[in-house]
Amino acid sequence: MGMTIAEKILAAHAGKARVVPGELITAKVDLVLGNDITAPVAIKEFERLGVETVFDRDRIALVPDHFVPNKDIKAAEQARLMREFARKHQITHYFEVGQMGIEHCLLPEQGLVAPGELIIGADSHTCTYGALGAFATGVGSTDMAAAMATGELWFKVPASMKFVFHGEPKPWVGGKDLILHIIGDIGVDGATYMAMEFAGEGIAALSMDGRFTMCNMAIEAGGKAGIIAPDAKTIAYVKERVDREYEIYESDKDAAYALVKEYDLATIEPLVAFPHKPENTRPISQVGHVPIDQAVIGSCTNGRMEDLRIAAKILEGRKVDPRVRLIVIPGTQAIYLEAMEEGLIKTFIEAGGVVSTPTCGPCLGGYMGILAAGERCVSTTNRNFVGRMGHPQSEVYLANPAVAAASAIAGRLASPEEILG
Amino acid sequence: MGKLQGRAFIFKDNVDTDQIYPGRYLELTDPKAIAAHAMEGADPAFPEKVRPGDIIVAGKNFGCGSSREHAVIALKEAGVGAVLALSFGRIFYRNAINLGLPAIRLAEAPKAAEGDLLTIDLEEGTIALPDGGILSFAPFPPEIRKIIQGGGIIPLVKSEQLG
Repeated sequence: MGMTIAEKILAAHAGKARVVPGELITAKVDLVLGNDITAPVAIKEFERLGVETVFDRDRIALVPDHFVPNKDIKAAEQARLMREFARKHQITHYFEVGQMGIEHCLLPEQGLVAPGELIIGADSHTCTYGALGAFATGVGSTDMAAAMATGELWFKVPASMKFVFHGEPKPWVGGKDLILHIIGDIGVDGATYMAMEFAGEGIAALSMDGRFTMCNMAIEAGGKAGIIAPDAKTIAYVKERVDREYEIYESDKDAAYALVKEYDLATIEPLVAFPHKPENTRPISQVGHVPIDQAVIGSCTNGRMEDLRIAAKILEGRKVDPRVRLIVIPGTQAIYLEAMEEGLIKTFIEAGGVVSTPTCGPCLGGYMGILAAGERCVSTTNRNFVGRMGHPQSEVYLANPAVAAASAIAGRLASPEEILG
Repeated sequence: MGKLQGRAFIFKDNVDTDQIYPGRYLELTDPKAIAAHAMEGADPAFPEKVRPGDIIVAGKNFGCGSSREHAVIALKEAGVGAVLALSFGRIFYRNAINLGLPAIRLAEAPKAAEGDLLTIDLEEGTIALPDGGILSFAPFPPEIRKIIQGGGIIPLVKSEQLG
């Protein structure tokens, strides 16, 4: 019996020839990630361990992105705690305001993630890096503390599920719609504990940005990891950013899967996930009349160049509905700068939107776009849970950047085609 | 690992970590302050009602969503003795075990109402129900038992890997 890409990466990092699903292993990790809300808890646990130094100062990434630039005094204290730890342990990959970005946009861009690597992050969307053919998974702060001290962690080898996309995507369908389609099909617990492997010509046709979006939301189906085998696009992306050795793994033809799903892209249109679960998906043609108060374009899910370009294409020369607040958040400083040079920022501002420095801010109800009771937001983020963006009686509708931009103009959920005619 | 006894608090399917511990409180670090918001998104009165040893009884996918360990810290500090659910979000489950909070997966929902007294035997893998019935569950494997007995993963890492 062959192995899946996930099993191969885990076996290699555990020093084993093979592993099987369900097996408990101890594996060496290539990178440990934390942010300004999870690292402070991890740092306290790390100090309880009583060790003097971290396992490797080059293999820890600390990114203040959730409540930074500091939203208030408590957030400032958290950010300071992480900054002081980074200084004390001379952490190479600490990103201060000015260099920082949304962690899952930033790390691949900075070349901190390569194919075949094993990455853990104290953030559930760490699974994003599977787009590069790495095994990356979210853990809690205590796991982060243990890994910062020892460089290894225990894992239960997950079984894998394979999702194959055939055919050509319809207009305005992107990675967001493909992953929402899967979640709508299998449910928010449909892949619990599983590695979700995405394959087929539909995935091959996706840009790297689209692939990051897909893997990012594996956790929204309960997945332990989302993963895409590296191809020429992956290698080209990595070549510009990574100068260390890495391994390319792909699944064997006779690898075992707990489930294989085949989808025809001809049947998939842009989707909107209605409150309060990402599985509540509806095709944009069937959303009905849903007025909105706010539109957010950004986040670790959809805050990359391709996302901003798509949104700008729809907003160019048009105005946001006066009843709607449009908030655009580029994922990193490099994306921000590139968007500025391409004129996208000008387009957003002229359309009546605001553009923020990179932050997770509104996605998790932190700041920069909190919702009042009864308000509705269309958002390119990843979760529409009760109270996710603010008041427990507010509502979040998840969509791709094209739908979010079109909806901002229409003042209600709308398809890009309605706006462009 | 012995017996746990507490009153049942019943919750539905898919209680995510934003309901267990809303994102707006993620800047808090003091466990007592964190506990004051436990389960607030699902039942705002929970922090006032809960007493030490009480047991959360939930449907499927309890703790799905964010990796925030604050969700487990909040429950533990609020005095929750164990969480019973038909299934768990993976990261929540791992965090609960890592912090020594028993998270127990059940094959069927226990016949219990809000406030009923439940007795859990972690060694035997049984739950004594108010109607005299017994519900069984698979006891923790040795690796996980060791973590819970040791009071979480940190003391274990300290003694085994760093000792």
